[in-house]
Amino acid sequence: MPDLLIELFSEEIPARMQARARADLQKLITDGLVEGGLTYASAAAFSTPRRLALTVEGLNDESPTLREERKGPRVDAPDKAIEGFLRATGLTREQLDVRDEKKGQVYFASIEKPGRPAAQIVAEVLEKTIRNFPWPKSMRWGAGSLRWVRPLHTILCILSREDGAEIVPLNIDGITAGDTTQGHRFMAAGEIRVTGFDDYAAKLKRAKVIIDQAERAETIWHDATNMAFAQGLEVVEDKGLLTEVAGLVEWPVVLMGEIGDDFLNLPPEVLQTSMKEHQKFFSVSDPKTGKILKFVTVANRETTDNGATILAGNQKVLAARLSDAKFFWENDLRVATSDTDQWVRALDNVTFHNKLGTQAARIDRIAALAAEIAPAVGAEADLAAQAARFAKADLSSEMVYEFPELQGLMGRYYAQAAGMDDAIAAAAQDHYAPLGPSDDVPTAPVSVAVALADKLDLLTGFWAIDEKPTGSKDPFALRRAALGVIRIALENGLRLKLDRFVDAQLLRHKAKLVEDVNEAEVLDLLEEIAARGVFGAAFNTLRERLDGDASNGLQAIGAELPDKSVNLLSFFHDRLKVYLRDQGLKHDVIDACLAMPGNDDLTLVVARARALAEVLATEDGENLVQGFKRANNILTQAQEKDGVEYSYGADPKFAEADEEKALFAALETSKPAIDAALEAEDFAAAMSGMAALRPAVDAFFEAVQVNADSDVLRRNRLNLLNMIREACLGVADLTRIEG
Amino acid sequence: MSAEKPRSFQEIILRLQAYWGAQGCAVLQPYDMEVGAGTFHPATTLRSLGTQPWAAAYVQPSRRPTDGRYGENPNRLQHYYQYQVLIKPSPPDLQDLYLGSLAAIGIDMGLHDIRFVEDDWESPTLGAWGLGWEVWCDGMEVSQFTYFQQVGGHDCTPVSGELTYGLERLAMYVLGVDHVMDMPYNDPQTPIALSYGDVFRQTEGEYSRWNFDVANTDTLLKHFEDAEAECEAILDQPYDDPKTGKRIVMVHPAYDQCIKASHLFNLLDARGVISVTERQAYIGRVRALAKKCADAFVLTEAGGYVG
Repeated sequence: MPDLLIELFSEEIPARMQARARADLQKLITDGLVEGGLTYASAAAFSTPRRLALTVEGLNDESPTLREERKGPRVDAPDKAIEGFLRATGLTREQLDVRDEKKGQVYFASIEKPGRPAAQIVAEVLEKTIRNFPWPKSMRWGAGSLRWVRPLHTILCILSREDGAEIVPLNIDGITAGDTTQGHRFMAAGEIRVTGFDDYAAKLKRAKVIIDQAERAETIWHDATNMAFAQGLEVVEDKGLLTEVAGLVEWPVVLMGEIGDDFLNLPPEVLQTSMKEHQKFFSVSDPKTGKILKFVTVANRETTDNGATILAGNQKVLAARLSDAKFFWENDLRVATSDTDQWVRALDNVTFHNKLGTQAARIDRIAALAAEIAPAVGAEADLAAQAARFAKADLSSEMVYEFPELQGLMGRYYAQAAGMDDAIAAAAQDHYAPLGPSDDVPTAPVSVAVALADKLDLLTGFWAIDEKPTGSKDPFALRRAALGVIRIALENGLRLKLDRFVDAQLLRHKAKLVEDVNEAEVLDLLEEIAARGVFGAAFNTLRERLDGDASNGLQAIGAELPDKSVNLLSFFHDRLKVYLRDQGLKHDVIDACLAMPGNDDLTLVVARARALAEVLATEDGENLVQGFKRANNILTQAQEKDGVEYSYGADPKFAEADEEKALFAALETSKPAIDAALEAEDFAAAMSGMAALRPAVDAFFEAVQVNADSDVLRRNRLNLLNMIREACLGVADLTRIEG
Repeated sequence: MSAEKPRSFQEIILRLQAYWGAQGCAVLQPYDMEVGAGTFHPATTLRSLGTQPWAAAYVQPSRRPTDGRYGENPNRLQHYYQYQVLIKPSPPDLQDLYLGSLAAIGIDMGLHDIRFVEDDWESPTLGAWGLGWEVWCDGMEVSQFTYFQQVGGHDCTPVSGELTYGLERLAMYVLGVDHVMDMPYNDPQTPIALSYGDVFRQTEGEYSRWNFDVANTDTLLKHFEDAEAECEAILDQPYDDPKTGKRIVMVHPAYDQCIKASHLFNLLDARGVISVTERQAYIGRVRALAKKCADAFVLTEAGGYVG
């Protein structure tokens, strides 16, 4: 059982590509071997900046011999037929077997596909793998046509057995596979001959290369934390950075250096970002104060001066970087304390999207909307508008220009420096949230108003220009924005009429997009929306009123907006369903609640849905739904047959059976209770009021025949069923419940 | 190769010239036009195209008007020098050759940590891209190392290896100087010792003022359009010269106009008169010129054309 060792030795492989490359190498080679008829016991892949390696253990010596038997023509068949069979099988007539079959003697060919030696299969699989390797970006070099991530220098490919190693014969574009590799570029240059994986790993280690990336990461983390601990400090954990740094070195040597007193007053996030992004340094902080005091850098070698030159060089580069950061910080603070408007004005020259105008225009719209949302979320309108105006000012700051990932955070620092209201500072940082599904949502009222306005403006903007997400394409992260709105509303228990805000913002967008609209009309219309809410029917009335003297532009907008508004709301509903499904709420339950009026108030929808799910989980609830469906079916059929609607109310005086009377009585108690609970939006109470009808409904269906001979009785009973139906439909659209 | 530390900016340049000359590169002189980087020299842009082998090294004065800081910033200059090496096809030992050049300018290979850190290169104005690294010495970027894959929209076959050294930064590092203006330009022991500042401080101030506030934007715009028109007009000429009867494709004169347009765009940018959306359009116009020049170059003898 030989073991296979492959090493592809190249110029420096980008660190970020190594993990994927290891996985791809392992999969492509082992899949190929299996496809070629070989089996193996285990496999593992490794990488350093200069090599990708794979070890496959317990491989077969060769693929199994395959035998196939093929039935041919009868012995007395025409010569032509027999010759055809010989050609197809590649045999001579003497090699064929003759067997007695029912219809006489028949030729049989037994074809043997001999197994192939492992080396041959490995060579084919490796060549195919190298030629088709899925690097995110690959290149050519020199005069060749082979592609690799960077120039590929040597291929090591051996099969090792107890009696020695065999080089797999392979030549790809002039690179012949061998059994040698190289040690560390600077510390142990020269060729190394190896006989198997253990030998390879051990010899490389002697040549100052740790082949296992996990071992390098462990070494780095272990040495760095020890070094920090010895000085009463701790390394700020950053797994992504650790993986990256482990991919940049073959022989990690950890060095700890000083940041310099001049820079210790920079915000810690600035220090950390600058050190990490530019220099790949870890931050080292004082656990008591949380302040970042030192850094850890990882060199790729040992030196005779124990890294003194390397550390001094790195420290100098860091000082230059941080001088830049300090320069930006101080310049920004000057602007922050004198004239933050200059930042906002500068956004006039920054295009947000070629159809949706500049960042400044976007800020105007967000501020207007934030002021409208404010009362609904418990914020002061003026403060919300002010916060919205400042929220994106830091995009003009020098620091954010240099480090875009600090947007928002710098806004908070600068708002504080400017002596602005704390709520404004908080909104500057928090209005982008939530960015991911596990990110916290803002809770401070002003932050909430700005965060909602920001996201709603984004959504309505792209809806206005018909650039909605399709399939996997969502370049402007609109799904994330919608989910953000949903989570902010739900997690803060906000009672928001989304429709109204969507309509207002769509109108603001459209007013800019359509020619021939005058501003005064739009303002009029926005006031109307503020006063009356929703577009839909209300808007149509408004348009009628405007007809005649409304401009063509406005009429065009009016013709289009209601549809867009409805479409965006259903986008919210779709995202809400996905979100609630992840929390275990079934889609039919949500549909039953979305079908109710007020479905633009997501908190209300969810409260209703949760209450409904709860009641459906009880026996009463489940049975009541069955009762409801029965009533609904009978009614629907009767209405279709009779061509009338039974909605006039039933009269208890025509009730005959006891069960019928009991149902009247039950409804008489339950209905007002349900209505009162609904009025108070106490859905749990409304649902249990509804579920309480169950025994009476069940008993009714058990004992009473709805389609009685007497027309009066029948009509009264149908009307009674309608009362049950109405009582239930007031709570949720139970027709949508499945099962 | 002297293992001794160099003592001046010019000594570093001279050592690089000697080193790459010894490696077989033709040591060329700077191109006599304003360019933003050594890559614009036709010895790189045009010669990286086509099939003819090529090996050249040269210093290229480079201008980046927006980087002007009136000579006050320790690291930023609107006029600086790049050292450029281009070898086609890229030799298999290019990394080692490069490391040899660092040793040649006095970087002790036993004490420093040299790394090749991923950095893909792209020049939207030249319609060019390549893969490679920025080279770090103890955490500082000292060079760009690129394998050209495409230039002017043409695939590079064979591939050229390009090395670019930012001379001031590299020299400051080797000489241990913190402010570029304090760096010795010639040997500090000579009777008339000159610092980088003695040579360039005044000009940095003058150009910074002109670049940012004075350059006449109407004139620049007009020049941009003239250069663009001239470039196209040159390339529109028939390849056969009616006077001499010879086939003369005027690629280099046309490419000069492309370089001019590119620099004029940089000046306009520094004057702050180009909006974000216009920027892309201008870059696209220069790229279109570069592409036409590349198209024409491969139809010349130097570009591998066989008539």
